[in-house]
Amino acid sequence: MSLKGMLSIWFFIGGLLTVYGLLILIEGVRDYSAHTASFEMAGLHLQLWWGIGLLILGCVYLFHFRPGKSK
Amino acid sequence: MSLKPVDLAIIALYFVLVLGLGLYLRKFADTGEEFFMAGREMTAWIAGLSFISANLGSLEMMGYAAATYQYGILIAHAYWLAAIPAIIFLSLVMLPFYYICKTHSVPGYLQLRYGEGARSVSAISFAVMTILMSGINMYSMAVIMKVILGWNIHFSIWVSSLTVGVYVMAGGLLSAIFNEVLQFMLIWAGCLVIPIAGLIETGGWSGMVQRISQNFPGQDFTHLWRSMGSFTANPMGVHWTGMVFGWGLAISFGYWTTDFLVVQRVIAAKDLRSAQMGTLIGGFFKMLVPLIVIVPGLLALAVLPFKLMPETMVNTPGVHTFNEALPLMLARYCGPGLLGLGVTALIAGFMSGMAGNVSAFATVWTYDIYKPFIRKAASDAHYLSMGRWCTLIGVIVSIGTAYLVMDFSSIIVYAQALFVFFIVPMFGTVVLGMMWKRTTPAAGFWGLLVAIVVSFLLWLWVKMDPSAIRYVAFSSHAKDMAENVYRAMWTLIVNVVVTVAVTLMTTPKPEKELEGLVYGLTPLPSMEEVPFYARPVTWAAMLGVAFVILNVIFW
Repeated sequence: MSLKGMLSIWFFIGGLLTVYGLLILIEGVRDYSAHTASFEMAGLHLQLWWGIGLLILGCVYLFHFRPGKSK
Repeated sequence: MSLKPVDLAIIALYFVLVLGLGLYLRKFADTGEEFFMAGREMTAWIAGLSFISANLGSLEMMGYAAATYQYGILIAHAYWLAAIPAIIFLSLVMLPFYYICKTHSVPGYLQLRYGEGARSVSAISFAVMTILMSGINMYSMAVIMKVILGWNIHFSIWVSSLTVGVYVMAGGLLSAIFNEVLQFMLIWAGCLVIPIAGLIETGGWSGMVQRISQNFPGQDFTHLWRSMGSFTANPMGVHWTGMVFGWGLAISFGYWTTDFLVVQRVIAAKDLRSAQMGTLIGGFFKMLVPLIVIVPGLLALAVLPFKLMPETMVNTPGVHTFNEALPLMLARYCGPGLLGLGVTALIAGFMSGMAGNVSAFATVWTYDIYKPFIRKAASDAHYLSMGRWCTLIGVIVSIGTAYLVMDFSSIIVYAQALFVFFIVPMFGTVVLGMMWKRTTPAAGFWGLLVAIVVSFLLWLWVKMDPSAIRYVAFSSHAKDMAENVYRAMWTLIVNVVVTVAVTLMTTPKPEKELEGLVYGLTPLPSMEEVPFYARPVTWAAMLGVAFVILNVIFW
């Protein structure tokens, strides 16, 4: 059997990063509005930035490596 | 430190995806070639990321962060001096031979070059090593659970191990490679938070260096070469000769060019140029890894309000050990969500490290031990089935080896000790076989066997009489990692001397039998039709220049 017809690994990674980005972004927004953070450097709001970054990266991968796209 | 529901959701999603991937890939692994070699259809990028990911398990992440806490930035040599020159050598010099002879494994190459004697020694030693290395990953996982999750260690080990067993059993090398690429992305996404937040907290690199100097006065933790002029001027107790010839040559070239676990990834590439370019792509990423491993170790020296202790004190209440440096930094800077991502990255590193070892173990066991010595003429389906089952057996046996790690001061010292026993001797044997057509089958066997035995005896000597370190490592100040690098140097010297001496006393193979295996008797494919910017040699030169620049910057 050939590997032709197999979904790209990048497609799976894109899906995972998109969901992770969304979850972390929601958590970041919640922490930002509630001011409940109890870890070092919480003032940087890294969850917000990380969530947005992962979401964008995940969506780019999902789109670029979507099934059926000609290579 | 407790995990929030979002962290648990992130971890659970990862487990669901890797199991789903394993089951999805099962239909693409129907033959031995597909199960053991991923059909040899990997692109340069996938092969390269998998190549470097196989080396970026939790052993790398936690072990080198821990070693950085002990020895400072000297550990960055593991990523630069002890990696880049060997990766370039593998890509330009050795890969063409591995690729052209279409071997399934490095022991398989030794069989073609030297015969069954050398192959059996290397296959058995490699199989033992991969199982012991899996134990390191088990142990690393247990440490993560202890520090961050507070979960039951045994439960965590069994769940993760069986997950690895199931997905490698289903998809073979293809599953291992897919998960390594996934793990690579997760590790960067999860661990890059630490250097960013940490360097902001300490006021940048210079602020961090200043804090380390205040916390550890009189010790140099932040220069690569400046303190290597004497054994006593650096925390590792090593001289530059040991660093260059022991770590930079013996361990590094042995590991990167003959450890089948990493080499297997690039010989699964779709063609030779993809294999060579994949190796170099891996080299570029390797140079960046200190950002997420060495910097967290240095940050731990700068910001932690308590001192970390050796692994032998792991059961002392209230004590944190060297191996906890990275998890502690993760817990320090990551809020809900990010903490789950960081923990997932470490779990992925652990699982990927195990997957790499068990998939390599399955290949070497099936092709280099079971097939030649136990059942020579069975069907492809039989060997495929054997590969699947010994994957599961490898996982279960490696659980038992996890406890051996506790006798070493840190996991990286244990890993290095294994490399010196089993991998360093292979380098001289393989490279002499490739470069010198005179090397004889008897020399391949005896050079390898004697070097493994001498390496073990040197280790035993120091274990039984610690004062012997002044002979093995030239200094009574040498720490255990310095002992490893000098023992590696001795091992390689013994390997080369015995191989050359036996060669001169025995009869070589006829040249006709060496075609495709030895330099000068193997037609290498021309790259003339490839534009110069796409040739491996061009990228190797750029990698070499970047390597020199980094060493100058952190001199």
